[in-house]
Amino acid sequence: MNRELPSAKVTKRYSPLGQLILARLREFYREPEAIFWVYGFPLLMVVALGIAFRNKPVEQMVVDVQQDAAAEAQVRFVWEALSKDETFKVQINDPALCQRRLRTGKTALIVVPPSASGGAYAYIFDPTREEGRLAQSKVDDALQRAAGRVDPLPVRTQAVQEPGGRYIDFLVPGLLGMSLMGGGLWGVGFVIVDMRIRKMLKRFLATPMRKSDFLLGILFSRLLFMVPEIFVLLGFAWLAFGVVVQGSLLALVILILLGAATFAGIGLLVASRAKTLEAVSGLMNLVMLPMWVLSGIFFSSERFPVAMQPFIQALPLTPLNDALRAVMLEGTSLPQLWPQMAILAGWATGSFVFALRWFRWN
Amino acid sequence: MTAAIRCTDLVKRYEGRPPVEAVRGLNLTVECGECFGLLGPNGAGKTTTIEILEGLSEPTAGDVEVLGMRWGRDDAAIKERIGISLQETRLSEKLQVDETLTLFRSFYRRGLEPDEVIRRVSLEEKATARVGKLSGGQRQRLAVACALVGDPDLLLLDEPTTGLDPQSRRQLWDLIRDLRAQGRTVLLTTHYMDEAERLCDRVAVVDHGKVIAQGTPRRLIAELGSEHVVEFTLEDPQRMAPLELADLPAVRSVRQDVDHFCLSVTELHVALPALLERLRQTGHRLAGLTTRHASLEDVFVTLTGRHLRDGEAQP
Repeated sequence: MNRELPSAKVTKRYSPLGQLILARLREFYREPEAIFWVYGFPLLMVVALGIAFRNKPVEQMVVDVQQDAAAEAQVRFVWEALSKDETFKVQINDPALCQRRLRTGKTALIVVPPSASGGAYAYIFDPTREEGRLAQSKVDDALQRAAGRVDPLPVRTQAVQEPGGRYIDFLVPGLLGMSLMGGGLWGVGFVIVDMRIRKMLKRFLATPMRKSDFLLGILFSRLLFMVPEIFVLLGFAWLAFGVVVQGSLLALVILILLGAATFAGIGLLVASRAKTLEAVSGLMNLVMLPMWVLSGIFFSSERFPVAMQPFIQALPLTPLNDALRAVMLEGTSLPQLWPQMAILAGWATGSFVFALRWFRWN
Repeated sequence: MTAAIRCTDLVKRYEGRPPVEAVRGLNLTVECGECFGLLGPNGAGKTTTIEILEGLSEPTAGDVEVLGMRWGRDDAAIKERIGISLQETRLSEKLQVDETLTLFRSFYRRGLEPDEVIRRVSLEEKATARVGKLSGGQRQRLAVACALVGDPDLLLLDEPTTGLDPQSRRQLWDLIRDLRAQGRTVLLTTHYMDEAERLCDRVAVVDHGKVIAQGTPRRLIAELGSEHVVEFTLEDPQRMAPLELADLPAVRSVRQDVDHFCLSVTELHVALPALLERLRQTGHRLAGLTTRHASLEDVFVTLTGRHLRDGEAQP
């Protein structure tokens, strides 16, 4: 064919995989909202939960003493005995007010002093409430001691508040797992369905682009977005709360990569057929919800009944969270975590295989 | 030389209740180096046909040959040599024009430099603008640029000018003429008559999934047997009905639309004086009269009894 095309020759080498990754990175960093959801959200979560569950100064118990004109001495005895101890916050109220405050949970315990010296002190509390039972026991101790009881056994208590044993230490690996899950599913699933709707997948299909380049591009760009995400989360937890990694950083990095790959695969699977953003959002929430609740993000998954454990342990986020905690809190080495890693690898492989089998380009 | 596109007895049936036959036995040959137009109303099967040619959709039956190769056997080779634009692709709005083209360029083993393509579609000033900031016409030119970046021998453009303002349409026409002048083969679909007439060497008129006429626009119009169309309106439309005009010399057919008459005429210089004379005799007064060359629209109306824009509406 005869045409005047001076520049139609093999020129610069362009890497399709590199270009696909670059395009994804550009799209991502030019979308401020996305940056907030991926980086800002987990951070806000750490801050909010860190504040909510910070190590509070020993909590005060509210105790009401029932006013009784006939037993003024006994009322004063109780007031003085309890006021000495900072554990208690004591109020003297008339009987009706005391009852109302107990009913509405404003006080944990009512102490009713006897009207005659030598009579019995009564404790009124709701035994189904932990704080009521605790207040009863503490108040009783304080009153008995004030009345002259001598404890025969010498004891010594030691409060443990070292980094590693606090709630925030438990929480950070869980949030890390959660953000790997959310980032993987949204970062892969949503992007693919959006491209399908925009007919970009179809447009790409009409070029010689290799499908594997496209999917690898999505996966690698996801892994790249994750790097700052993790630095921000762990860095902030370290600076603000002194959360440290006890185990090896390399082990942590390997676990994070494995987790990210697993959830990228699940994201791909979820997006393999979905035709609308609503459909894919629904599916993703359906996939994530059980793991949010069961997989030990905010509290240990062992709190659920034994009968549910096989199911819970099979969810990909559970072994990821367990392994992250083991490395971060206990310094466990990777070989000891092989069962968790095996489950993750199984999910990653399975989801990629099925996703590729079911994937619809147009 | 082999034809750029050859398809024989093409059938595409979409399963469903009821099954829809979008293409029912379509035959088409596009020669190398020509600009070929698939012309027809919406729903005629143009997009289905072009997507089969692009390898995006599989035919239910029939034979398709693209640049002498076949889908299913030479996919990679065909994709290297064709460039396409879909009816509606929303390219990533966050990417710049040059970035988008570099991305598409990377998929092809050989091709044009992004800068060169930007120059060809006259988007130099927008090279570093984000796609989201482009106008409709600029986006369409970018879509064509994406089709061009692999330096294809065959371009398949699905409704490249639909929804564009007249100026943007003209710019795209110029672009497509340039491509053809460089020796590329272009197949485009359109439902604009004027576009097909001005741009295409040959057209195929498609209706209900079949080619109902094929040839150069000039020949298709000539086959009507009447080169001119006279349209007129009368001052007193109530009295139009009893008007007898079919017996006038050089008049081939008479059509009466809602408020005007439409005559197909072979020789204008014979028919027009006779028409005026007839109107004078019957006491009608003209409110307006225009003459024009017959167009592809007239071809379509004659073949189907419908206007192209009516789509699936009743005759």
